[in-house]
Amino acid sequence: MTEQPMVRFDNVSKRYGALTVLDGLNLDIARGEKVSIIGPSGSGKTTVLRMLMTLETINDGVIWVEGEPLTHMERNGKLVPADLAHIRKIRAKIGMVFQSFNLFPHMTAMQNCIEAPITVLGMKRADAEARAAELLDMVGLSEKKDHYPSQLSGGQQQRVAIARACAMRPKIMLFDEVTSALDPELVGEVLEVIRKLGREHDLTMLMVTHQMGFAKEFSDRVCFFHAGKICEQGPPNELFGAPKNERTRQFLHAVLEAG
Amino acid sequence: MIWDWAFAFEILPVLASAAIVSIEATLIGFALAASLGLVLAVVRIAVPWTGWTISVLVELIRSTPLLIQIFFLYFVFPKFGVVLDAFTAGVLAIGIHYAAYCSEVYRAGFDNIHRGQWEASVALNLSAWTTFRDIIIPQAIPPIVPALGNYLVALFKETPLLSAIAVLELMQTAKIIGSETFRYTEPMTLVGLFFLAMSLVSAALIRSLEGLLNRRTMR
Repeated sequence: MTEQPMVRFDNVSKRYGALTVLDGLNLDIARGEKVSIIGPSGSGKTTVLRMLMTLETINDGVIWVEGEPLTHMERNGKLVPADLAHIRKIRAKIGMVFQSFNLFPHMTAMQNCIEAPITVLGMKRADAEARAAELLDMVGLSEKKDHYPSQLSGGQQQRVAIARACAMRPKIMLFDEVTSALDPELVGEVLEVIRKLGREHDLTMLMVTHQMGFAKEFSDRVCFFHAGKICEQGPPNELFGAPKNERTRQFLHAVLEAG
Repeated sequence: MIWDWAFAFEILPVLASAAIVSIEATLIGFALAASLGLVLAVVRIAVPWTGWTISVLVELIRSTPLLIQIFFLYFVFPKFGVVLDAFTAGVLAIGIHYAAYCSEVYRAGFDNIHRGQWEASVALNLSAWTTFRDIIIPQAIPPIVPALGNYLVALFKETPLLSAIAVLELMQTAKIIGSETFRYTEPMTLVGLFFLAMSLVSAALIRSLEGLLNRRTMR
């Protein structure tokens, strides 16, 4: 028996009125795999992450997480749309880091990291704080634990956001253009934390990124999205080195030209 | 002489005890308005299908005079077996009336919360209850304190309406003094001064509370 994929998009479509954002997406992501999603804006790449995080509903298809349906649940042998309790149970396996950080501004870095472990996982405050301290140390921000987000740089805020997401011990981490809102000199420190996370934790990672160099060096697989479909996918050296599809070539050419 | 100091001092203790009733009505009424308004605003977001019903209810309450609502609770409800004493009926009417206004203020506060805050709460798998209690409400309240404060002062100034159902608050007491002594100048002036003083004091309190909240959030 082959191992179950960590995430499976099974013929998933997303439409906004007449606009089809994703068109019958099929995508399997293996346990521990690092997948980068690249493509022009409007190609539906961020929607893939947002659907998996249940921030967007889907119109067709089923999303599976470790062999269990996320968007649906089984009732009398049939798949019916999932209720909130079911979604929350499956969603617990997924964490997300956002382009705009989305830290809670009225909480310190430490409070940001212990809020969900205490209220959702029911951890004791002391345990949650110990865990958060470890994670803030991992992202190199031990001394900033009592700072509020407004007292931190963009790069530091994003590192706190990564620690906050990790505190929930997800199996899958989603990174949605996490360096796009940062000043260029702050991009490196965030990517370094993601590298470290990939090395030290057994995480399945799915990232939408414009950092082609990082995607090339970090991912096991790169998916190029165009007009709501996966246009081409493969190991990074193949996709970046010898793209087969004309659209991929055009896109990479344009991006590398600009970079 | 139009103004009689001796008379003014004579009625002062009576008015002072009536003032307590006015303040009680204000505090209980506003506590009701602030909490019921918050509940309405939260339910409207948390349980989407209630949205239409709540909008209609809020519009209905805001579009009819408070005096009519007070009369309704005091004189019409007993016909349906709900008998309330004057103070309870009056305070309840005031509280519900201002809850409608407060719920709109809270709603504006919630609307100003960045979408990313809701999304981060989903990504951290927080329950709807935790999201409101720990994330949304603490951020939504400080900016709307001035608006809520305005309603507190407005509510306070409407408590004389309770005299219409014979609650022995300031206005009613002043009217009784007037009709018994045929002197209205002193009681009405004193009542007016009392409202002026209390309104100024509350406005000052609200401003300092606002400053305090700003210092806490503007780190």
